[in-house]
Amino acid sequence: MNTIGKASHPQGGGGPQSTEFEEGGIRVRRASQTFGPDEPLALDSGVSLSPFTIAYETYGELNATRSNAVLICHALTGDQFAASTQPLTGKPGWWTTMIGPGKPIDTDRFFVICQNVIGGCMGTTGPRDTDPATGRPYGLDFPVITIGDMVRAQAMLLDKLGIDDLFCVIGGSMGGMQVLQWAAAYPERVFSAIPIATAARHSAQNIAFHEVGRQAIIADSEWKQGAYLAHGTTPAKGLAVARMAAHITYLSEAALHRKFGRNLQDRDSITYGFDADFQIESYLRHQGSTFVDRFDANSYLYITRAMDYFDLAADYDGVLANAFRGTKSRFCAVSFTSDWLFPTSDSRQIVHALNAVAANVSFVEINTDKGHDAFLLDEPEMFATLRGFIDSAARTRGLGA
Amino acid sequence: MTYQNGPTDGRIDLDLIAAMITPGSRVLDVGCGDGDLLALLETKRNVDGRGVELSQEGVNASVARGLAVVQGDADRDLANYPDDAFDYVILSQTIQATRNPKEVLRSMKRIGRHVIVSFPNFGHWRVRMKLLLTGRMPETRSLGYSWYDTPNIHLCTLLDFAALCDDLDLDIEDAVILTGDKSWRISNPGILSNFFASEAVFLLSRRN
Repeated sequence: MNTIGKASHPQGGGGPQSTEFEEGGIRVRRASQTFGPDEPLALDSGVSLSPFTIAYETYGELNATRSNAVLICHALTGDQFAASTQPLTGKPGWWTTMIGPGKPIDTDRFFVICQNVIGGCMGTTGPRDTDPATGRPYGLDFPVITIGDMVRAQAMLLDKLGIDDLFCVIGGSMGGMQVLQWAAAYPERVFSAIPIATAARHSAQNIAFHEVGRQAIIADSEWKQGAYLAHGTTPAKGLAVARMAAHITYLSEAALHRKFGRNLQDRDSITYGFDADFQIESYLRHQGSTFVDRFDANSYLYITRAMDYFDLAADYDGVLANAFRGTKSRFCAVSFTSDWLFPTSDSRQIVHALNAVAANVSFVEINTDKGHDAFLLDEPEMFATLRGFIDSAARTRGLGA
Repeated sequence: MTYQNGPTDGRIDLDLIAAMITPGSRVLDVGCGDGDLLALLETKRNVDGRGVELSQEGVNASVARGLAVVQGDADRDLANYPDDAFDYVILSQTIQATRNPKEVLRSMKRIGRHVIVSFPNFGHWRVRMKLLLTGRMPETRSLGYSWYDTPNIHLCTLLDFAALCDDLDLDIEDAVILTGDKSWRISNPGILSNFFASEAVFLLSRRN
């Protein structure tokens, strides 16, 4: 990694900080922007969050007409490192399959932006940051945030970057919720929208899974009513269990069976005990233990809550179509056959609402056994259809091929 | 009956439909398959086109070529569209495969100012002869299935279709029939056209 340090305004107070480097043929700018007391974030809860910082990355170059910006919205446990090496884990970005030179989101053509959501733990202001009122980490004093708040904060950063409208907003799962929120709240700023494996409202079943995860964290004695940073503890066990439970929902029975079956882990027979006899147990424990190294437990509480609260139609008299009335954006919804967390019926509901306002919408269901996580994986049919949609939209916007 | 045009490089019924459409219109193609007609209409008629297709393969192929197509069912999903959303709603070689053709036509009439329907004519002389002479269910070029695996569950003749249009208060604005690879414009379906047409394309509009 060839780093060209170019730090500017090193001490907060409204100034951006950034470094630029080249990775995998992509011009990466890793940056953060602080919004001072004069630019508070007005939250849906009525609370005003100030000051706050947004950590983000950009790939590629903004063109002269500022018409080639693509906003990537990350999922629950994602981050801004969509196409560059994650600095904490050293692993490749979470969407390198989709973003890069010659990829469907082509960094040679588009100016790609990915922001850590508000409430996150990768540099954007969240519950582990210092509460200016107390001088201690926010913990549970951090205000409850919503998908709408996340999107409002993203829009404020785009204003700072001088980007009036986006060529495309794209994201999967919670990222897809943000895409829908963008299209509803800022239709004039969205030329095209790609909500993947998502829903216009979080289902009862999904809220239930989230509640299991949250209760696992809260039940961990190290959690300390959310003040674990002040106590010097970490609710690692609770967060790991939350991750394990959630991870099951991201996969499918078919994928689990194909990958693990009832295979035993490093042993020839069952042990008549509670060790990880089965490979699937060992795999989940690994998923849980690596997750706690990169994620904050309170952030997990806040962000899962934001998803639970998401019900786009509720803001529009209970009629989802009203959220999109008059929209000129073009949409491409994507679902996966084996996704039971955000099943195809959720996407179809979005498509029906868009049809009801005669919006320009495409909808593809991708045949795969990889479950909800398929949007992060190598799915050639998804790439082919999204490439077609994006290229067609780019032609219409005069961005050339 | 006047001679329309000769064979073209593409599917002749698609060209006939394209000829019926005013450039720059808003078009919904119900049962759009791989998107051949939509692509043709976007290129030749500069339409704002949308598609609905039942098969996942067809939808994905259409979207991959840049067309706005959703997976859906003509029988179920047309209800979501608002009144007068399109200038033309097209049902190309699909009506015979719908569960409830009358309801589908009724929806199309509601959604679009004009309705275009193309379908194979079960009154074609070759179909009649096959049944008469062999006593077996006819399989022809435009109806190439055995009776037990055909998706064509609601076949009709030109006269049957015209009667349904009348029943639904749909006026026939234009009608073109295919005989082999030639096409003929007809004013109204009659005994003769019902005998010689292998396929037909109708442009319909709401009766005032």
